[in-house]
Amino acid sequence: MSVPRFWRRLKNLYNLIGTRCEKCGENYYPPRNMCTRCRRNGKIVPFKFKGKGEVLTYTIVHSAAKDYAKHTPYILAIIKLDEGPRLTSQVICAHEDIHIGMKVKSAFRRLGEESEKGMIYYGTKFIPLETVK
Amino acid sequence: MSVGIVSYGAYIPRYRIKIEEIAKVWGDNANSIIDGLMVYEKSVPDMDEDTITIAVEAARNAINRAGINPEKIGAVYTGSESHPYAVKPSSTVVAEAIGATPNLTAADFEFACKAGTAAIQTCMGLVGADMIELGMAIGSDVSQGAPGDALEYTAAAGGVAYIIGKKNTVADIESTYSFTTDTPDFWRREGMPYPEHGGRFTGEPGYFKHVTSAALGLMERIGTKPQDYDYAIFHQPNGKFPTRVAKMLGFTNEQIKPGLVVSRLGNTYSGSCMMGLAATLDIAKPGDRIFVTAFGSGAGSDAFSMTVTDKIDEVRNGAPSVEQLLANPIYINYATYAKHKGKIKL
Repeated sequence: MSVPRFWRRLKNLYNLIGTRCEKCGENYYPPRNMCTRCRRNGKIVPFKFKGKGEVLTYTIVHSAAKDYAKHTPYILAIIKLDEGPRLTSQVICAHEDIHIGMKVKSAFRRLGEESEKGMIYYGTKFIPLETVK
Repeated sequence: MSVGIVSYGAYIPRYRIKIEEIAKVWGDNANSIIDGLMVYEKSVPDMDEDTITIAVEAARNAINRAGINPEKIGAVYTGSESHPYAVKPSSTVVAEAIGATPNLTAADFEFACKAGTAAIQTCMGLVGADMIELGMAIGSDVSQGAPGDALEYTAAAGGVAYIIGKKNTVADIESTYSFTTDTPDFWRREGMPYPEHGGRFTGEPGYFKHVTSAALGLMERIGTKPQDYDYAIFHQPNGKFPTRVAKMLGFTNEQIKPGLVVSRLGNTYSGSCMMGLAATLDIAKPGDRIFVTAFGSGAGSDAFSMTVTDKIDEVRNGAPSVEQLLANPIYINYATYAKHKGKIKL
């Protein structure tokens, strides 16, 4: 991820801010500028998700791209937020605990870094809802 | 109207390493270290946790505990000796992540283990002068200890955030007093990964001189004595120092017990004393008086005297308690710990 790209998406990554169509009630994350249902008749506004959802499916990555090599093996999941949208994110938990249907909530973590001297990218990952953190 | 704590929030990573596991690697006598330090295990950050992520989680817990509108926060100050960037504030990330931007001031503080309490004093000044309505002071660290160094047994990870204001306080701060000298007991040079320290000389001319001077100075200024307080918290680099300094000043073991979390947590540096205060607020009753003295190498001490208000019972359960954050740890071995702490270079 380049610095400008991260900077443009920073608010979305930190606080799960997406968009909502006020006309039909559809929520979008990542944010969309146009409602896929209402098209030009829709009214898109910013929408902050509460950060709770459930695991729809997951995989455990053992062979990762160079930037993520030191984190392997890690869990990558498709999460359905309570407000509707689905997103891909790491889930931080013991591998024996992850399961389809697991309730999760957002946590603020490092997503990666450009290099040892480059930008650090922060944002949202998910942790099990039942832990206190 | 006095200034006080409106809300607070803590965060502790889930991973722990036991003293025995570290001692095994370096051929040290674990029982002797445990007896000497009164520390059994310490917290370890996850691979993707650092001072900023810990500060954000603590800050969010502080916001949630009392249902604070983040847009009313006029200052965010993060104290740490392990800021991820040498140049680029941790506090701007925190402010953005809690939704307090853009109408506020922010800066990072550094004063070894007392940077967080220095941030509290700064917020007290700004709030007291009506320059801001609410200020957030954070102490957060993923503290460093060189492999094999004595510090490795206690250097832990954790953070605490306090929101300072005038209205709806959970504890009113009656006064604060600081004692500061140029004492080279502990330092880390620019670009160096691990700190250096003056060994056993960190005790008498460092910790004990500054903590007792600040504590006695505050009690003399406001005319109180140890018996006037229900609880006391002293900076806890280990269990031995705060226990000994409490006795030297005339405080009892019962007064320091709720806030003495170091045995199961280790030294969270900028979060250390503030974590003890959070653990004490978790169990305090309206009307209780609390005495707090932080210490930072280099060296200085900040002492505070505060009284808990009726509001504490309303907000207490709005965020995880320190006890809840200490529960259900995941124990790791030294190799995993070394990986988490970046001691293994790939």
